[in-house]
Amino acid sequence: MTETASKSALLRVERLNGWYGESHVLHGVDFEVNTGEVVTLLGRNGAGKTSTLLAIMGMLPRREGSVRFGDTETIAMQSRQIARLGIAICPEERGIFSSLNVDENLMLPPRIADGGLSVERIFDLFPNLKERRRSQGTKLSGGEQQMLAIARILRTGAKLLLLDEPTEGLAPVIVQHIGRTIKELKKEGFTIVLVEQNFRFAASVADRHYVVEQGRVIDMIQNADLDANTDKLQAYLGV
Amino acid sequence: MFELLGISPQVLLGQLLLGLINGSFYAVLSLGLAVIFGLLNIINFAHGALYMAGAFVAWMLLHYLGIGYWPSLILAPLIVGAFGILLERTMLSRLYHLDHLYGLLLTFGLALIIQGLFRNYYGVSGLPYRIPDILSGGQNLGFMFLPNYRAWVVVASVLVCFGTWFTIEKTRLGAYLRAATENPALVSAFGINVPLLVMLTYGFGVALAGFAGVLAAPIYSVNPNMGADLIIVVFAVVVIGGMGSILGAIVTGYMLGIVEGLTRVFYPEGSAVVIFVIMAIVLLIKPEGLFGRAA
Repeated sequence: MTETASKSALLRVERLNGWYGESHVLHGVDFEVNTGEVVTLLGRNGAGKTSTLLAIMGMLPRREGSVRFGDTETIAMQSRQIARLGIAICPEERGIFSSLNVDENLMLPPRIADGGLSVERIFDLFPNLKERRRSQGTKLSGGEQQMLAIARILRTGAKLLLLDEPTEGLAPVIVQHIGRTIKELKKEGFTIVLVEQNFRFAASVADRHYVVEQGRVIDMIQNADLDANTDKLQAYLGV
Repeated sequence: MFELLGISPQVLLGQLLLGLINGSFYAVLSLGLAVIFGLLNIINFAHGALYMAGAFVAWMLLHYLGIGYWPSLILAPLIVGAFGILLERTMLSRLYHLDHLYGLLLTFGLALIIQGLFRNYYGVSGLPYRIPDILSGGQNLGFMFLPNYRAWVVVASVLVCFGTWFTIEKTRLGAYLRAATENPALVSAFGINVPLLVMLTYGFGVALAGFAGVLAAPIYSVNPNMGADLIIVVFAVVVIGGMGSILGAIVTGYMLGIVEGLTRVFYPEGSAVVIFVIMAIVLLIKPEGLFGRAA
């Protein structure tokens, strides 16, 4: 993908390899995300999409290659330092803390820079959370937990959000709400990398799609060209 | 009613108070163990030895440097806590990815070494530590005589337990701790320095043991075995309360102290084993402990 490299890339991933113990899960992932873009990673189960997000965040036990955020090479950094640069993750399992209430979950990630959303703005986006501020995190419904998991990384000042399957297992009306929210966040200037199984949802929010297979990026499709490439994409995804 | 049972209220209340004082030590010590286990997953067998070290540090501050009880109440826990941080950095931190058992064995070995060193230098006969003047004497409550120092021990332990509980359950720092206990990898990925949090938590947990040691110094003589005698009971308290439960450790600590005191009134022969009998029953009926969450 390096031939498409542009000056405004906020995130540039090159030859990224990743391991869980002995298991080699990423085999040279290459892709980049420009400032203000929403980009998806599409692919079958086990293709390496979640591992790619974890590797970018420094949460994989071992990684090699290059992950540049702006001008900073992060490959040798720990996840704590990477977070401080302005990258935040909303993990697949949501990671809501059961011993913390909604307020505490929301306020947990420390502010790392100016420019995060205010708590009022966050409650505008997710009115349900405001009513449930005192509830324990795990007493929330699946949709509310997902909203909380997204909400808490918005106030920290992080510029790049890594969202791992935010629509998984949720009712259609909640999926729509999350879709609207992602568009709002794009307008607010966030850059988003989205891992999705729900192809129609991905098409409704993203600018570009990278196809991941066997721990590599094998293709890139502009959202505008999606209709022309439906057959190819269905072959990739096996749907 | 008491007379019918052949027990005078003086004896009953006296033993209740004694139980409450023992319970104060159980509560502060099991609280430290619970805090450490919660975040570090380490069963800190060195806790009794560090409690003893707290008492000895207070004694040494007095005898070698002329520093009295009140400064020692702050200084000794700080010194013990700093020593704990040294242990955590150089040894314990290498064991976090291993089974509980390794941490237990390491801290058990450390406890034996620390106790052995103090026994070697100071013998086993025990060293006296005077009650501070302001707390000598006592109050006649009509039905019993209450030594001032013992009342202070109960008050101090309640304050420390409440302060710790409040910090962990109600503050932002406590939220970091609770979150890091559940999912340290994600807390790190939010930019929080989890290794620092772990180090300070261990330091704080053992500082609590050191604090209990200073409180104990004027009541029990300062003795290298004082921690080893107590720690087994304290572990039973932690198991009954539920491993890692902060509130459980505190409440169970006081409660079992009182139960032990009552047993001494009604069936003195059983007082030494009552806590272990309760532990066995709790493990059979509710293995996660009275305040523990089911695994």
